[in-house]
Amino acid sequence: MALNVPTKTSSRSRKRPWFKTLLWQSWLPLSALAVIWVASEQSTSVYFPPAAEVFRKISIVWFPDALVTDLLPSLGRLVLGFALAVLLGIAIGVLLGLFRSAETAVRPLTETARAIPGVALLPIAMMFFGTGESMKLVMIVFIAMWPIVLNTIEGVRSVDPALRNVMASFRITALDRFRSVYLPAAMPQIFSGARISLAIAVAVMIAVEMFGTPGGIGYFIRDAQQTFRIIDMWTGLVILGLFGYTLNVIFRALEDRVLRWQKRMAKHVQGES
Amino acid sequence: MSSNNGKNTSSDRPIFEISGFSFAYGETKILENVNFAANAGEFVCIVGPSGAGKTTLLQCLAGLRQPTGGEIRFKGEQVTAPPAELAVVFQDYSRSLMPWLSALQNIALPLKSAGQGKKQREAKALAALEEVGLAAAADLYPWELSGGMQQRVAIARALAYEPALVIMDEPFASVDAQTRADLEDLTLRIKDHLGITVVLVTHDIDEAVYLSDRVVALSGRPATVVDVVDVNLGNQRDQITTKERPEFAGLRSRLYRLIRRPEQQAPAAPAAAEIH
Ligand SMILES: Nc1ncnc2c1ncn2[C@@H]1O[C@H](COP(=O)(O)OP(=O)(O)OP(=O)(O)O)[C@@H](O)[C@H]1O
Ligand SMILES: [Mg+2]
Repeated sequence: MALNVPTKTSSRSRKRPWFKTLLWQSWLPLSALAVIWVASEQSTSVYFPPAAEVFRKISIVWFPDALVTDLLPSLGRLVLGFALAVLLGIAIGVLLGLFRSAETAVRPLTETARAIPGVALLPIAMMFFGTGESMKLVMIVFIAMWPIVLNTIEGVRSVDPALRNVMASFRITALDRFRSVYLPAAMPQIFSGARISLAIAVAVMIAVEMFGTPGGIGYFIRDAQQTFRIIDMWTGLVILGLFGYTLNVIFRALEDRVLRWQKRMAKHVQGES
Repeated sequence: MSSNNGKNTSSDRPIFEISGFSFAYGETKILENVNFAANAGEFVCIVGPSGAGKTTLLQCLAGLRQPTGGEIRFKGEQVTAPPAELAVVFQDYSRSLMPWLSALQNIALPLKSAGQGKKQREAKALAALEEVGLAAAADLYPWELSGGMQQRVAIARALAYEPALVIMDEPFASVDAQTRADLEDLTLRIKDHLGITVVLVTHDIDEAVYLSDRVVALSGRPATVVDVVDVNLGNQRDQITTKERPEFAGLRSRLYRLIRRPEQQAPAAPAAAEIH
């Protein structure tokens, strides 16, 4: 029996060197920044200070003071809230995905919950949880988890029904079905849900910080605006942009790691056709 | 439908017995009053026209479905759920392996569920891969393997499970002729080597005669066992010489007539010994 085992490396792609990627990614933001920089140079408007001013102020305001009082609390809140949203979203999604009748029973509720813009719940959340940390966390988790729930349901359902017989006949335990079948099967969908969730989590975080107790980038921006520190307000926005970008980079690195099999398969299938 | 296979090497203790078995999907009777048994160490093939209910019968034997009448006993116990000492090789290899697990992980997963430690199950999975000649593919994913290789991984998964009985539902139906012959010989060799019992469903009467100690022919609507044919071609089978023997041709024709009879509506018989 002839055995032609393809080598592992054959499916690897030739990678573009990282600095080229960086260059390719940064030309647009850098040119935009240059345009703004030049255009705002002579600005005397209180609301649109020169970009140079804003950048000069960033190092003064944010390093290290606001970093500790605002950036770190935001980061902690977001990481914790997003992690909880992912865990809860997957747990609920797997259960609803596996038990079709349960999903049908709660669908009106989930559809309604999804139709209400999350921030509309802010007054209610403040009523029950006050304006402190628990309110902020509850809001982030509760609003950000829905895309993950819905995508997990879909992902779990995408499991080939033929595998049910395989799992039954080989007596795969419930825990192993979850860990080794449903979770990996749903992982690509979970990630595309999580990507949306992350953006929502950042938006909700900013919103609750603007209305809640001091601390956080959202609070910083609102506070600066209300006390007419307009340049500071702009620095907050720049920091927020960098914050979001960094999160996305981390997220993508994680996705690449976890979905390695899927990426490899996608490439493999492309290579064949 | 008696069978006295005195010439076979197998012991005469039945490993499973199907008695008075019937099955219906709702109102539609598929199988009725099916009776047969297999002894430990036997190779039994089930043949029958498409739609006869062969897959359904195997699913009941594997504990994946419950009969609507009669009973199935495996090692003396009534089958109500998939038994631990029974493994299945499914027809559609491309859908029976998990694409997100490597060949080794696919084979090791059932062992993990059985509570075996990581070292032990990986050693067993690797040994099973060696048995099917695929040790080099341990870390590859199913979609990086050819169809025949995937089916060998599925066979290895069944072997690593250390079953007393392996059930195979048209396992070689979707591979090319050469691979098919290779896999047939592989299955025979493994069966001898490990002393397991094999029940295999096939459309191909040549394949059934070549592999079996006994062939169970299903036919009719609802289907029942129309004959059980002993195949006394010895333990050493060879793709060329065994198939040249006059006994082989005789058994082949006998089975062919047997199964074709109820489906006489078709004007001409196909040239190949395959029923569709
Ligand atoms: N889940 C089901 N619900 C209702 N009817 C079914 C179901 N599965 C199979 N059948 C019917 O039962 C009959 C037997 O099906 P089965 O798959 O067991 O036949 P088979 O002998 O394995 O056929 P083949 O050789 O084509 O694989 C067929 O007529 C089929 O249409
Ligand atoms: Mg079938």
